[in-house]
Amino acid sequence: MTLRDLTLAEMRDGLKAKKFSATELAKEHLDEIEKTNAHYNAFITITREHALAQAAQSDAKLAKGAGGAIEGVPIGVKDLFCTKGVLTTAASHILDGFKPQYESTITTKLWNEGGVMLGKVNLDEFAMGSGNLTSFYGHVKSPWEKDGKALVPGGSSGGSASAVAARLAPVALGTDTGGSIRQPAAFCGITGIKPTYGRCSRFGIVAFASSLDQAGPIARNVRDCAIMLNVMCGYDPKDSTSANLAVPDFEKALTGNIKGKKIGIPKEYRPDGIDPEINAMWDKGIELLKSLGAEVVDISLPHTSYALATYYVIAPAECSSNLARYDGVRYGLRVTPEGGGLTDMYEATRAAGFGAEVKRRIMIGTYVLSAGYYDAYYKKAQRVRWLIAEDFRQAFEKVDAILTPTAPSAPFGFDYKPSNPVEMYLNDVFTVPTSLAGLPGISIPGGLNKDGLPLGLQLIGKAFDEETVLGVAYALEQAIGFTAKPQKLAGAAA
Amino acid sequence: MSLDAKAVTKIARLARIAVSDADKEHYAREISGILNWVEQLAEVNTDGVPQMTSVANMSLPLRADVVTDGNQQEAVVANAPSSDYGCFVVPKVME
Amino acid sequence: MTQLIKGNTGDWEIVIGLEVHAQISTHSKLFSGASITFGQEPNMNVSFIDAGMPGMLPVINEKAIEQAVRTGLAIGAQINLKSVFDRKNYFYADLPQGYQISQFLDPIVGKGEIILDMPEGQKKVGVTRIHMEQDAGKSLHEYNPKYSYIDLNRAGVALMEIVSEPDMRSADEAAAYIKKLRSILRYIGSCDGDMDKGNLRADANVSVRKPGGPLGTRCEIKNVNSVRFLHKAIEFEAMRQVEIIESGGTIDQETRLFDSTKGETRTMRSKEDAHDYRYFPDPDLLPLEITQEYVDAIRASLPELPDEKKQRYIDTFGLSPYDAGVIVAEQEYASYYEALVKVAEPKLAANWMTSELFGRLNKLGVELQDSPIGASAFAELLALITNNTISGKIAKDVLDKMFATGKSASVIVEEEGLQQVTDTGAIEKVIDEVIAANPDKVAEYKGGKDKLFAFFVGQVMKASGGKANPAAVNDLLKQKLS
Repeated sequence: MTLRDLTLAEMRDGLKAKKFSATELAKEHLDEIEKTNAHYNAFITITREHALAQAAQSDAKLAKGAGGAIEGVPIGVKDLFCTKGVLTTAASHILDGFKPQYESTITTKLWNEGGVMLGKVNLDEFAMGSGNLTSFYGHVKSPWEKDGKALVPGGSSGGSASAVAARLAPVALGTDTGGSIRQPAAFCGITGIKPTYGRCSRFGIVAFASSLDQAGPIARNVRDCAIMLNVMCGYDPKDSTSANLAVPDFEKALTGNIKGKKIGIPKEYRPDGIDPEINAMWDKGIELLKSLGAEVVDISLPHTSYALATYYVIAPAECSSNLARYDGVRYGLRVTPEGGGLTDMYEATRAAGFGAEVKRRIMIGTYVLSAGYYDAYYKKAQRVRWLIAEDFRQAFEKVDAILTPTAPSAPFGFDYKPSNPVEMYLNDVFTVPTSLAGLPGISIPGGLNKDGLPLGLQLIGKAFDEETVLGVAYALEQAIGFTAKPQKLAGAAA
Repeated sequence: MSLDAKAVTKIARLARIAVSDADKEHYAREISGILNWVEQLAEVNTDGVPQMTSVANMSLPLRADVVTDGNQQEAVVANAPSSDYGCFVVPKVME
Repeated sequence: MTQLIKGNTGDWEIVIGLEVHAQISTHSKLFSGASITFGQEPNMNVSFIDAGMPGMLPVINEKAIEQAVRTGLAIGAQINLKSVFDRKNYFYADLPQGYQISQFLDPIVGKGEIILDMPEGQKKVGVTRIHMEQDAGKSLHEYNPKYSYIDLNRAGVALMEIVSEPDMRSADEAAAYIKKLRSILRYIGSCDGDMDKGNLRADANVSVRKPGGPLGTRCEIKNVNSVRFLHKAIEFEAMRQVEIIESGGTIDQETRLFDSTKGETRTMRSKEDAHDYRYFPDPDLLPLEITQEYVDAIRASLPELPDEKKQRYIDTFGLSPYDAGVIVAEQEYASYYEALVKVAEPKLAANWMTSELFGRLNKLGVELQDSPIGASAFAELLALITNNTISGKIAKDVLDKMFATGKSASVIVEEEGLQQVTDTGAIEKVIDEVIAANPDKVAEYKGGKDKLFAFFVGQVMKASGGKANPAAVNDLLKQKLS
């Protein structure tokens, strides 16, 4: 057993109790990252010196019995968060060499509370993808394997999930726009939560779809997520969509007692053709909740089947506008064709700088906003979105939380080649509705399939009711007792 | 909705992304596929339904009219591919 | 008044609408805390938000909202309690985000009007709407033949776009509209209105038609930066369009620039196909909702506006509409005048201020705010006229001396003994001397040569060193020569 096998909570407590130092902890993680990054490719930038400097400061504070909420805890940061003076790429060629002169609000909070940055972790380019297959810096491998072959970690926070599952970091920051925290957490047999839209500040996070993006932690269990959320959440006057609400102590919500809680089971999440193993895992989750004293209620979210189409109109539309600033003028890649003018520079830079999926989404977004199509596509989608949110609002009059599977399949391999982009989008079918409605959603490991691969369960809550989401997730997590380790780590001592 | 290469040319120009003629057909197919798929939204009855303009149900926060920022010319141009005299330098617009 | 153009095929009417971009008077920008002070080094007044850096987000300046509401109220416009910010998407090097945050479908101010005082009477010009938007940065093209230099100091500065109805029918009306609008904005302090500093810019939409006919195709003349040039540009453009139509051509709807050296409008560099701005509500900003109480509080804080003030001057002080109009044009003038009338006679004050004082200040190229003669000093001079200490003619000399020496009116009059002689006995004495010295002229006058009266007046004034009270001289001379 190494220090890296400890949970975040155990590291936090162990550091305070001086069982080990922050420097030791950081070194162990950094060494393992260096050793394995050629395989996992979870890290784009490893910030060894920076981490050790932060760890030294933490040790000084801890020695005096002082320190913040996560003093000395090592963290991987999704390379979508702007970190001052440290290369920030959004996994894109177009941000080559970009070192922000400012820090995101969330990472500022982490460093103020004593967090130690191990490095910037890989992701799908500009957070667009469900398999970490679109990064300019290459694919990320999950530590879970089938027939000896590595699988995709999910996306877009693939690097974050892989790093945590491979025990390269106890926690990593992710972002979730349509499922990008929850789905990789499910694929990697770990836990990730997307809080209510507005709970976490978006200031300093490279924007993909402004009305959907939310930051959140990916960690090994519910408690670790709660500890991180306590630090990450809070009103930020620099973000006009930030909720001016007090942040409760989320760790206190983990009582284990969910007697009388009403849990909704939406029939629309059980379509014909659902993977029977996922179906079975979901049913098992339902039984466990009942045994914990919760009341299970059948509910209907009638507009569920339209959520993906709604998302794939709104998200590309917003991204087409948010990514207009990547033009080679003020930062990042610039390509100027010989004898070319400004327009040529724009067109060549963006053609060379953006990957295929990003270009595809920009073009769709440009199209659905363009003259003559705005009403039929964008305006229509915003109306359907309202209906989807209304479905949830009505359901939450009857229940306290909703239980669904996180992903429609087990993690897949690199040989999986979807025949068209839409097929890939279907991976988000269970997570997208929550994003459209702005509600909090968590994914916890629900069990293994017959190939020994992890399947995730999702809990969705009312707006700003992360406490219930975490509380129910915690109780369920304890009841499920998931201890399986990824195949790549199975060789290591328990 | 089916897109042809001509439509792709127009979108690519609006989005300022150079697309080779060879790729235009490919994009036309892919984007048409996606648009056909999202067309299903037309089935939903949205009469009288408002547009969801914001998820967060609050009022627009206001900022006091005080100078709190700026005075950082170096930092602003620090990442520029080309800068001079504190300005960003770009190729001229061709006529 | 409609100024019709006389063409070969008959009369033509010019139809003009104006879009004015007014920089809002605030300390910081519309969505960032960077300063907006003029004349800074490049990129010094730039927040990372203004530079469109990754992850940056807008936060609205509350003062900008207040100023926009204040402006709307000052033109009697409807204030929309809910308004929305939209992104206007296009690419240009001075637009860092690749979009401008503006207001498209739901602007903060709706319909209002501006009343123009034209020589032939009042003219009402409708205002369609006012919305808030970000200004763009500056592209400097003259430093290098191949490259443009981009300065983002102006990027993100708060602007009001004030759109008029196409109600104007002459370049004169357009000029009057700009002047009146500028005056109102300066009165309420929502914009400095300095066209030469670029914080008030006007785009003119110009078309021509046969009176009573349908509207013609319009051309937009962009970014004219003085009222004089606006006037010229409109007149040139209207003639250009008439000539094209009369020779059988059609007007292409296009954007044109005014070339001030040539006095002509010309097509702007063609900007490919029509812009598709793909407006959509900015997801980084919620809709702006203000309360009626908020609006009412701003209304209560409005100063007396030019039109109200002008009417008050006409009613209370008996000024002519013309004089009243000149004085209320600038708030500084009105304040100065109101200080004068505390002690001086209103009509005298108006007359002397607008002709004598303004005349001398204009010659010196000095604004009233910088006048070496303040209101109380000027009032002192006026008082000396009113109480007959000096004549109007002498007062003009005194005023010149006040400018030259900086001394007060009373001191100058005292030092130079310029007090008017009103003692009728003394005047009579001088008159008698003049009559005695000019017996032949007296005879001629009595014989019917009335024009000689002026000769006698002149002689009396000369003999008294200009100090005799003219009215008294007149009366007494008439008596003595009858």
